[in-house]
Amino acid sequence: MDFQIAMLLGQDGITNGAIYALLALALVLVFAVTRVIFIPQGEFVSYGALTLVMIQAGAIPATVWLLLGAGLLAAALDVRLALRAGQPGRLVRLLGWYVAYPLALVALLYTLPVKDFPMAAQILFALAVVVPMGPLMYRLIYQPIAAAPVLVLLIVSVAVHVAMVGLGLLFFGAEGSRTPPFSEARFEMGPVMVSGQTIWVVVSSLVLIVALYQFFERTLYGKALRATAINRVGARLMGISPALAGRLTFFLAALIGALSGVLIAPITTIYYDTGFLIGLKGFVAAIVGGLASYPMAAAGALLVGLLEAFSSFWASAHKEVIVFTLIIPVLLWRSLRGRHVEEEE
Amino acid sequence: MKPMFSPRLILGVFLAVLAVAPLVLSPFYVTLLNYIGLYALVALGLVLLTGVGGLTSFGQAAFVGLGAYTTAVLTTATELPGWLAWAGGSPWLALVVGLVFTAVVALVLGSLTLRLSGHYLPLGTIAWGISLYFLFGTLDTLGGHTGLTGVPPITVFGFELDRGEELFYLIWLFLLSAVFTTQNLLDSREGRAIRALKGGMVMAEAMGVNTARSRMIIFVIAALHACASGWLYAHLQRFVNPTPFGLHIGIEYLFMAVVGGAGQVWGALVGAGVITIAKQWLQDVLPRIFGQSGNFEVIFFGLMMVIVLQRARDGLWPLLARLVPVRATRRELDAAAEALPRKPLPAKGEVILEAKEVTRRFGGLVANNNMSLSVRAGEILALIGPNGAGKSTMFNQISGVDTPTSGEVLFLGRAVAGRDSREIARMGMSRTFQHVKLLPTMTVLENVAIGAHLRGDKGVLSSAWRLDRNQEARLLNEAARQIERVGLAEHMFDAAGSLALGQQRILEIARALAADPCLLLLDEPAAGLRFKEKQALAELLRKLRGEGIGILLVEHDMDFVMGLVNRVVVMEFGEKIAEGLPEDVQRNPAVLEAYLGGVE
Amino acid sequence: MNANIHGSNLILKTVLEVRDLTVSYGKVEALSNANIKVGEGQIVTVIGPNGAGKTTMLSAIMGLLESRGKVDFDGTIEGVPVVERMVARGMNLVPEKRELFGEMTVEDNLVLGAFQRHRSGHRDHAQTMEEVYQLFPRLKERRSQLAGTLSGGERQMLAVGRALMAKPKLLMLDEPSLGLAPLIVREIFRIISELRRRGVSILLVEQNARAALQVADYAYVLETGEIAMEGPARQLADDPRVIEAYLGLGGKHQEMLST
Repeated sequence: MDFQIAMLLGQDGITNGAIYALLALALVLVFAVTRVIFIPQGEFVSYGALTLVMIQAGAIPATVWLLLGAGLLAAALDVRLALRAGQPGRLVRLLGWYVAYPLALVALLYTLPVKDFPMAAQILFALAVVVPMGPLMYRLIYQPIAAAPVLVLLIVSVAVHVAMVGLGLLFFGAEGSRTPPFSEARFEMGPVMVSGQTIWVVVSSLVLIVALYQFFERTLYGKALRATAINRVGARLMGISPALAGRLTFFLAALIGALSGVLIAPITTIYYDTGFLIGLKGFVAAIVGGLASYPMAAAGALLVGLLEAFSSFWASAHKEVIVFTLIIPVLLWRSLRGRHVEEEE
Repeated sequence: MKPMFSPRLILGVFLAVLAVAPLVLSPFYVTLLNYIGLYALVALGLVLLTGVGGLTSFGQAAFVGLGAYTTAVLTTATELPGWLAWAGGSPWLALVVGLVFTAVVALVLGSLTLRLSGHYLPLGTIAWGISLYFLFGTLDTLGGHTGLTGVPPITVFGFELDRGEELFYLIWLFLLSAVFTTQNLLDSREGRAIRALKGGMVMAEAMGVNTARSRMIIFVIAALHACASGWLYAHLQRFVNPTPFGLHIGIEYLFMAVVGGAGQVWGALVGAGVITIAKQWLQDVLPRIFGQSGNFEVIFFGLMMVIVLQRARDGLWPLLARLVPVRATRRELDAAAEALPRKPLPAKGEVILEAKEVTRRFGGLVANNNMSLSVRAGEILALIGPNGAGKSTMFNQISGVDTPTSGEVLFLGRAVAGRDSREIARMGMSRTFQHVKLLPTMTVLENVAIGAHLRGDKGVLSSAWRLDRNQEARLLNEAARQIERVGLAEHMFDAAGSLALGQQRILEIARALAADPCLLLLDEPAAGLRFKEKQALAELLRKLRGEGIGILLVEHDMDFVMGLVNRVVVMEFGEKIAEGLPEDVQRNPAVLEAYLGGVE
Repeated sequence: MNANIHGSNLILKTVLEVRDLTVSYGKVEALSNANIKVGEGQIVTVIGPNGAGKTTMLSAIMGLLESRGKVDFDGTIEGVPVVERMVARGMNLVPEKRELFGEMTVEDNLVLGAFQRHRSGHRDHAQTMEEVYQLFPRLKERRSQLAGTLSGGERQMLAVGRALMAKPKLLMLDEPSLGLAPLIVREIFRIISELRRRGVSILLVEQNARAALQVADYAYVLETGEIAMEGPARQLADDPRVIEAYLGLGGKHQEMLST
């Protein structure tokens, strides 16, 4: 291996690592606030990327129908609850978000020539379709069993993942796709060529991470999420309901997932089930941080990205084996740190 | 009144139906039943692991793969390395090699991941499930993605089982023996330890159960079941490729266990049946509805799992069991069983527990300051004080749950600090918990029998094959004796969770006594008891004291304490503010002030 | 059962009225048919020995625990109270375990106290915080310190201060003196009186009966899940049966106290 190849692989590793870092952060966040081990995180990556592909192809993204269906279901549940609690005032807001919003999206996608819009607008549309599925998913699937043991929540997560992959195949077909890059520019950095898309990925990831940090440190809602993660009962006594915290968290997780998908779609061919493996690599990184530490998770993500890049050069057939086996020494290291018999929830 | 069937009758009918099934059913249905049997074998391991033990694995398909590939390689390879040559060509030898190999892999994976808290294990299983799957597909010796063909049929006494109807009997023989051995195992000393894993680990450790070992046991058993299923699969299909051993199949196995009823041995069979049949049917119907091909049944399964876990977390088996009224079999106690040997008690009056100047700090907070106390054999010492005085912290220092910042606690002359709860239990200290810790679905008898865990030694294999019955009878007899002693005899076969709180506290005392201790630590035993029950409890404690057991009592109930104990130690703000005879302490102004608060 | 000393709690305007509140854990009733009233501007205390069900009662009123019975708060009856809704309506609980956000600063803890107010459009938390700092100058000194590093007394102050950030109509305090040294207990009770002067109605649960009876207007004695006595606090303070409830000593003790 010469220097140039090493630099190329390093560039690959950092690009992928940046995406894994984003996903790892989302996984740590979701687990801290809701105790859900969010296996379907990766599905938002595929859904985000492939929804953009469909929009660019001039088709109505099938995901918008899923959004509408889930919205109707949630509306049915919540309208009944609101009526029973004698709070008809909430109906307007409920129906607005759950039903009118997806219907408006459908109407816009049908009437506007979205296909010919600039890419930034197309991305906004893709996010507008995919991201609200996060809070909806929380409402329909996790909120009814929010108090269940972590293990039950995990099995539910796996079930949701399985269903979403199935739906992905139905929506997007078995063919993989790529989107055009954000920029065709190439930069020479010393002896290496760096593509514009790489810079887009790395810079956007950094910006997003900083923005998230600011959100958690400076805003009341960010603090409320941290408070829920630290002390659920304390947070409830402040009027921060677990349902609110859950929906907000899932909104962020879906946003991070879909955005990651949009960012890497020009670099990697995305299939309906690609997201899962990408998400799992985020998991490996999140576990490096013990599902609790954000900086450690980010560092782990970089490590996973680089390991993957270099092993694809040396032993490409065993690339996935190597990456997923990495988890074993990591787990070993984690298990050597804490050791007391404790009750699991 | 509904007619009640005996379990034997139902089992007999089930076995008879199974026996004639291949003779009357078309090959299609026999094949379906074969697959249900194979899947149920894997799901059964998961029932033990997930439903009973509270651990979860998504990677069982990989263990199935280990079994299948081992036999495929050993029976088809033309050249084996010298050290393995003896195992070539024979499916039965390949089964042995596969089981040993799987056990080794499971031990390694288990020792890496089982110590972790609940959610790391399943994540770990996802990771190695994927790794092994990719490995099957990339190793040339395993035939890559095309796999290995030409796997020979299994022969039994020279008779080749090369048709589905023939292999049917072998598959179901494996499954049924696995079901029965699992049932036997769960109904034994080891089984009780395993059943305590879900929600009772702290208690079980305090009773001397090595929970790490129990976790490993069920992990390995589940892997071995999966491996056996893989071996049968390879010889049924006569070829292997990586597809059936991927993560998605591993997930499906878990679904089977959960849908069937993860806590129930027979739930594995129900789950495997429901999922296999539904899959067959959906694979037919869905592509026609959606107008394209693909495995859309997973959408259905995924959503079904979500609904099952939201609405009926115990799965289908309990619902089914309600339809068929089966007479409950009550376990018979063997009164003739020999009593268990007892440890000699220290001489009355001998100091058995001594805390010397114990100080415990949490950051800046001093929870215990310079606390000293001692308990002699044949006396009751009460540790009292208002809420927040540091009694629980002191209790933790004494019971070895926590380690003092300075000072030491000696039990029978040996330091308690640095020993785990199991060792302390073995030394003869037995305890109850302030917040009752028992296994609500197990009977009172079984709960108390966990206390006697260290007084038995029969392991997994003897339990599975019922070679432990003599010792088991003695253990249960001992448990029954303690239950009668504390006055719970009429509830012996009731679920522990159905008792009132006061009775649950008494149950904990019986459990502690079953360990044959010389020192009893009781954490607020009278809380929630009615007047009569308190009197009975006091009477019991007096009797135990008379036998020479030392008792340390942490209590709030002054009334209960005063008429009963020999000496009292009063705590406030982490310090001892009074010590002496009950009557003297009662008159101590500092004690009054501590209880009622100061007057300015 | 209810040994009423001098009729019921006579009050002009009721903030909280709890009727037949019952909480069961499985088969065991931890609280049976409790009836209590808190008037506007009053301090009402519920005393009783440990394990009597005091914390259970507060948790049920707040909606942290499931219960049967009626909770009439500020003129609206809640069949089943829900925590977040009770907070939004002006009820705040300082729980026995404080439940602070240990890895966040004192100031962030306080800000979060105003979360529900902020959500409903009252953006005045900066001013409320000044008032809290006035009441607890110590908290101002420590405002950028992590809550987990505070001493026991400071934690209690922060817990009370955080609840005050919501400008509650009714403040419920669960064992505010728990585990605190006598001097700090005195300080806490001084602040409780000060809060009443500022018009906050308070429901105080205490094991430290003497201190509680000294600040309260009206008191209930809870014993094994049932209200055993009630009456004006001053009268209960001298009632020997209170001591009996605590120490289970009966006559023996009356003698001793009279000497």
